Amino acid sequence: MPLKIIKTFDVKFLQIIDESGRADAGLLPDLTTEELLKIYRAMILSRTFNRMALALQREGRIGTYASILGQEGAETGSALALEKGDWIFPSFRETGVFISRGYPLWRMLRYWRGDERGMEAPADMNIFPMSVPVGSQITHAVGAAMAMNIKKDKNIAVTYFGDGGSSRGDFHEGLNFAGVFKAPVIFICQNNQWAISLPRNRQSAAETIAQRAAGYGVPGIQVDGNDVVAVYAATARAAERARAGEGPTLIECFTYRLDDHTTADDSSRYRTDEDVAKWQKKEPLIRYKIFLENKGILNKELDKEITDEAEGLVKAAVTEAEAVAPPAPADIIKYTSATLSVRQKKDIKALKWEK
Amino acid sequence: MPWTKIAAERQNITTTDSVNPDVRRGSYRDAILEATRSCMETDENVFVLGEGVDDVGGVFGTTQGLIDIFGPERVIDSPLAENGITGVAMGAALAGMRPLLVHMRVDFLPLSLDQIANHAAKWSYMFGGNASVPLTIRAITGRGWGSAAQHSQSLQAIFAHFPGLKVVMPATPYDAKGLLISSLYDNNPVLYLEHRWLYDMTGPLPAEMYRVPIGKANLIREGKDVTIIAISQMVGMAMEAAEDLGADGIECEVIDLRTIKPLDIELIRSSVQKTGRLVVADTAWKEFGVSAEILALALEDRDTFNALKGPAIRVALPDVPTPASHVLEEVFYHGPEDIISAVKKAVEEA
Repeated sequence: MPLKIIKTFDVKFLQIIDESGRADAGLLPDLTTEELLKIYRAMILSRTFNRMALALQREGRIGTYASILGQEGAETGSALALEKGDWIFPSFRETGVFISRGYPLWRMLRYWRGDERGMEAPADMNIFPMSVPVGSQITHAVGAAMAMNIKKDKNIAVTYFGDGGSSRGDFHEGLNFAGVFKAPVIFICQNNQWAISLPRNRQSAAETIAQRAAGYGVPGIQVDGNDVVAVYAATARAAERARAGEGPTLIECFTYRLDDHTTADDSSRYRTDEDVAKWQKKEPLIRYKIFLENKGILNKELDKEITDEAEGLVKAAVTEAEAVAPPAPADIIKYTSATLSVRQKKDIKALKWEK
Repeated sequence: MPWTKIAAERQNITTTDSVNPDVRRGSYRDAILEATRSCMETDENVFVLGEGVDDVGGVFGTTQGLIDIFGPERVIDSPLAENGITGVAMGAALAGMRPLLVHMRVDFLPLSLDQIANHAAKWSYMFGGNASVPLTIRAITGRGWGSAAQHSQSLQAIFAHFPGLKVVMPATPYDAKGLLISSLYDNNPVLYLEHRWLYDMTGPLPAEMYRVPIGKANLIREGKDVTIIAISQMVGMAMEAAEDLGADGIECEVIDLRTIKPLDIELIRSSVQKTGRLVVADTAWKEFGVSAEILALALEDRDTFNALKGPAIRVALPDVPTPASHVLEEVFYHGPEDIISAVKKAVEEA
């Protein structure tokens, strides 16, 4: 009996705008000037926020912060390809996703200052708090997506995690559930090559993270995560599939974390400057800017206007965030559960936590 | 609600024959099934998720037939992945559903501890009170023939330790139904812990939907000499013990705790203040257990402390794994006679 091949898989890679800003016209999604600029604005705002957050951390005005430098393309491109009602389950490195969805900047800053209220999303925004435990949010998105199926709701769920998160059981269990139940969910892996100090090749022997989807009967694709338009197109396609009842998709955004893991890390201990410099040239804003300029959409004046506007917005948010009164001590107890127990009420009184 | 204060038919806790023919009766297993079915009929956001929930056996009969009524969209058998399924259920709860997650064995719930303790329990708090996780997790404590160290543990104390979780342990069919309905409509994550040895127990079981409040213990026998606080399977044994002790002239007050968290502090303290003696009977290990918390409640309050006539006594499991061998089980687990000894000791030492 000859050995037969009964199944083969291929892994697709999508890039639409290359590092020099040249676009593949055949692959370009149908986006208006306004939409293209909206993406640019969100990227600039994310980068500006990120820069100022790092400065605030150094001044001791916020706590430990996880920089998104270099990942604005993956975050903005995916977040803007979704509908308003879609549900997002992010990790802690998705500041750009929050910003692209219109999350109040002052709240983000409150969060990074160490204030639970900072993750209180506006009522009409279906974005959940950042999951600091790695990968745990993946299954939440699958459950929310299954709920959409039961409710016959056309919204979908999207979850973000990193290459490190793809080694967690939650990733595998989540993909498996989503595949079995055809849940309308998109798994977005921001493969930024580093899980703190662990390089991507030590995370898994699989050559791509995208191919791991095949094991669960789920389509997977690798996208140039530094090409915001490719990420947009891949996410839009996955969303379309999910909404049409065709089930989940895994999108691996191939990108690079240009900064340290967080402000509590020093990446010079485990990677070389040459390595980082190589990726600096590939970062998402350079090529997108060239692309927009070549299309005649962006010029120096408009660029300055957008950059100034972003500066202004973040500065105003800093002022607003710092003016917020600290939380009342009793909030610790009040927010713990939907209704207070007798003991909790007594604790509030006994600890004199309520004025 | 006849059972929220004094049980009218307290003898029915341990016996299966009906005394009052006018009261509808049913088993603990029926109670769980009825509560689930009623909630699913009333609220389309309620659905059942778990390994084997659509099986013919229906998780010891507690989910039997639901698949035929509600179909695979709302009675979802799942791949084997304890932590994954808990995260999925939590995600559905965040998206506005009221999932009933069924774990056949509480012993494997620690595999989901990340999702339960780090997520379900904390999201309301982390979201500034803006999100709720209306998730009910059923889990079953086993015991007997070969269940052994990894299939017969009582883990209520672990879960009760985390702020943001509620833990209930019904001991009667009436409470099994009423507490499951309350759990499913609670906006917090609730762990609903069952004892497999209670499934065949019958007792009053009204047909209508009713709720037993979470956080309220039940005074099921009044007495002046000793307070016995019993949990889950120990409740029936406590009632048997109280009957026997009554014949010896010792009047026991028996409290069925029903809810582990939040504890009914008022009822516990007022009863101990009345009797001055405290015996706690738990299905779990003694060390760092719920019984320790109850003793602490008595000690921390001046009026209760002053009322104590002697040391409190715990009837709970020794600090060793639950055994497999029938011979070892006989010596390991407690019965009514152990509660009787404990009560007598409490009286003698006072």
